[in-house]
Amino acid sequence: MNAKGKVIKYGNNVDTDVIIPARYLNTSDPAELAAHCMEDLDEKFTSTVQKGDVMVAGKNFGCGSSREHAPIAIKASGISCVIAETFARIFYRNSINIGLPIIECPEAAKDIKDGDEVEIDFDKGSIRNLTTGKTYQGQPFPEFMQQIISADGLIQYIKNSK
Amino acid sequence: MGMTMTQKILAAHAGLDLVKPGQLIKAKLDLVLGNDITSPVAIKEFDKVGLDSVFDVNKIAIVPDHFTPNKDIKSAEQVKVCREFSKKMGIVNFFEVGQMGVEHALLPEKGLVVPGDVVIGADSHTCTYGALGAFSTGIGSTDMAAGMATGEAWFKVPEAIKFVLKGKPQKWVSGKDVILHIIGMIGVDGALYKSMEFTGDGANVLSMDDRFTMANMAIEAGAKNGIFEVDEKTEEYVKEHSIRSYKIYKADADAEYSEVYEIDLAAVKPTVAFPHLPENARTIDNVGDIKIDQVIIGSCTNGRIEDMRIAAEVLKGRKVHDEVRCIIIPATQKIWKQAMNEGLFDIFIDAGAAVSTPTCGPCLGGHMGILAKGERAVSTTNRNFVGRMGHTESEVYLASPAVAAASAVAGKIAGPEQLG
Repeated sequence: MNAKGKVIKYGNNVDTDVIIPARYLNTSDPAELAAHCMEDLDEKFTSTVQKGDVMVAGKNFGCGSSREHAPIAIKASGISCVIAETFARIFYRNSINIGLPIIECPEAAKDIKDGDEVEIDFDKGSIRNLTTGKTYQGQPFPEFMQQIISADGLIQYIKNSK
Repeated sequence: MGMTMTQKILAAHAGLDLVKPGQLIKAKLDLVLGNDITSPVAIKEFDKVGLDSVFDVNKIAIVPDHFTPNKDIKSAEQVKVCREFSKKMGIVNFFEVGQMGVEHALLPEKGLVVPGDVVIGADSHTCTYGALGAFSTGIGSTDMAAGMATGEAWFKVPEAIKFVLKGKPQKWVSGKDVILHIIGMIGVDGALYKSMEFTGDGANVLSMDDRFTMANMAIEAGAKNGIFEVDEKTEEYVKEHSIRSYKIYKADADAEYSEVYEIDLAAVKPTVAFPHLPENARTIDNVGDIKIDQVIIGSCTNGRIEDMRIAAEVLKGRKVHDEVRCIIIPATQKIWKQAMNEGLFDIFIDAGAAVSTPTCGPCLGGHMGILAKGERAVSTTNRNFVGRMGHTESEVYLASPAVAAASAVAGKIAGPEQLG
């Protein structure tokens, strides 16, 4: 599986309250959540994001609340992958469980700039910056997580193993 | 190589003699928790599994506490989903308004968590129960759904940071100040993916309410869990609240830690976390002159009876500043009744504070105290992110109940000793 898209870049400690503010948590509809994704950090995000775009951020991405609405909103916005230096652990679990591709790669997260075009090969965990030509190797998922991802999330994985 | 408290609990629940950091395991769950925001998503996922029953009707707790009493129609619909699912599945521990309290204050009080348990909750502050010597961690809705279906969850065994607490805190210094001090020291990702294990003579000095506050905010350092060693106070608390049997796990003498910190509790000062991260900690003598508009005393972090008593001690015979709204929210019905019977509400109301029914409400900008553009609040809650309590240009300063109450009187950030 591959993804290719334009980079939207943010800094460190992007928390789930700015990814999807709690005032919108009276719904769990992905499209409604996507309509307010990132708005407290980046007002332009919802109007400029294109299907396939790649979100790149610094340390501790997705810290704070356990709301699965956060990766749901990012996925429903059309983001094909999130690359970060590190992820907060609940966000990491949630992304795998709902099938939002994420890659931990400090080098890529630091280097890649807003607006760059990048291509990601999920099987290899490799990231290629098409704008600069540079390639990066992200952390590959442990086999157990790969099984969840290839089952398209935890629920289908459980159904398959029943 | 020996194991930490967390590693031992996880090993026992995975049916293994030994686990190592980084190892992926499947552990049996003693309790699965959800609230009115996370449960509806979990219920939708649970339905996809195609089961007509949950793994154990006694081991699931659903607590509608975030937007309750229902703040609007959509919130009411979400609680209805929780209520109907609980009824259909026969879930014993569904707590309706009137029984309901802020989940992490409620579950220990109801005796639903005991030492040695493995608990997952679709709420990041589920780490609170580590105060009881349990392994307890926040997860998302899909993990909650899987937990309700299978009674199991997968975990990566964490490394641990050991905090050796020494000495005794000074007057007006509480668990909140200690944990804000620690987060200020290690940062909001200082314990990422790790356990925070609290031990030492100083830990034994702290009350259970202080320990709940500290374990509660382990997530604000990025930790997987926070955990306290079980002592006489823990056992006394558990025996008073629960009829369940429990098991005490102690770290091996040769357990490995990625870091060890020694904290002298006597040296900790009242501490305030400035916007917009809990790591922006400053001691009360370094806060400067910051005028405020609102004070919140409550939440899963600081809505317990001791917090109410401290707030009352500060507010007694004093008045909330003319330009401040002070909102006090006891976290559960039991705490509410106790505070009322101890006469604390007379003190609060005479001081000009408002007392609310239990709810998470303002902590996450839900309802019951939202901030306008440019407003500032001192709050005993746990997060001060951009927009957390309202407008993106409002500000939240995290503090203890003592500092929050004193600030309400002063009209600016202040400690009780500055009130004169």
